Amino acid sequence: MLDRTIVGILISAVAFVTVYAITPSLIKALTKRNMVVKDYNKEVATMVARPGGPSILAGILASELTLYAFFSSTGILAIIITTSLAFLVGFADDRKVLGGWFKPLALAASALPIILLGAYTPHLAFPLFGSVKIPELYLALIVIIIPVMGNTINSIDVLNGVASGFMTIASFALTVCLVIVHHYDIALASLPLGFVSLAFYKYHKVPSKIFPGDSGALTLGAMYGALSIIGHVEIIAAIALLPAVINSFLFLSSVKRIVEHRQIKVNPVVHTEDFKLMASTDKSAPVTLVRLILANGPLTEKQVGFVIFRLALFSAALAIITSFMMEINL
Amino acid sequence: MKGTPIFFYIFVMWLLIIAGGALIVPIIAHISIQGFGNLDGIIDSVVKAGIAIMLVVLWILIMSKIKNWIFHQQIRH
Repeated sequence: MLDRTIVGILISAVAFVTVYAITPSLIKALTKRNMVVKDYNKEVATMVARPGGPSILAGILASELTLYAFFSSTGILAIIITTSLAFLVGFADDRKVLGGWFKPLALAASALPIILLGAYTPHLAFPLFGSVKIPELYLALIVIIIPVMGNTINSIDVLNGVASGFMTIASFALTVCLVIVHHYDIALASLPLGFVSLAFYKYHKVPSKIFPGDSGALTLGAMYGALSIIGHVEIIAAIALLPAVINSFLFLSSVKRIVEHRQIKVNPVVHTEDFKLMASTDKSAPVTLVRLILANGPLTEKQVGFVIFRLALFSAALAIITSFMMEINL
Repeated sequence: MKGTPIFFYIFVMWLLIIAGGALIVPIIAHISIQGFGNLDGIIDSVVKAGIAIMLVVLWILIMSKIKNWIFHQQIRH
């Protein structure tokens, strides 16, 4: 146990310091190459470096490889490969916009290392009622979980600091849940995700100096998905992610098709004269989490972010309660 | 507090997930299909997968109805 604690501290430090140290250089390099995008929520025209995915991946690889050096397991290897493949899909999308269906399919392929390495248990565990053995169906579930989690995090990356801040809360909640259900090795492997997100939040928070881009958001989402499968906490992980799930659900149920956010013609959020965010009154605009938060009146970008973080904390609490319920069998 | 209906919506989603477990584990998981020889396992899985997909569709429909009910005021706004 002491070994695990020491390694946990070490890999957390490696994850945090790597992202914290690399990101300023990445911002400079991206800005020099004119890889910047406009931040539409700023009153004064502001260009922000994108994508931050490379520094996020660097933090994850440095820490997970360190962990692998101490405790080699196929689970950690599957997390590393799946996360790296998801990064490549996101990075390709950052460089050249991919079609609506190509990205989910490529992300589904990223899940294959988990299957090929056999780093899963074909049981789906539910709170209070035990688990169900679904050998064939579980393979389909693995292939679905990675693109769904990746795109769910990507879809919540709409305001400064939201994706990284949200992932920080969800990841640490997942670590706590993994400890509660006694999956200590995967709890250890999940620590870097929280610390990488936290370090990236330093540069992503209002006013953003860098955006994660698809490469960053998909990397975070895919790693979260891989941890949920390998740690055997799929339902708990989904609960911790509920605000982001709601965002995707509201968006899809109003748009009624799989479509990239950038293809949406009517923006769900508009600006007031003092540049606060305000819900669009256009009926054809998609319903999103941010639009619902703004339904009671305009807020600043920072205020909306904090409402989302409170929702994330609420879901994290529900996920932790669910983990305790896993220990009870009716 | 800002976003109160959304907290309630998250809580309802959570309850529905727990309820889903109550249906899947004690009832659907115990369904056993026999009489098709070597195909028993595959048919059993297909039937269970079909029921699971129907439950997911039902879950989405319920969530959609609850969404309209909870956020009626906001969406109209």
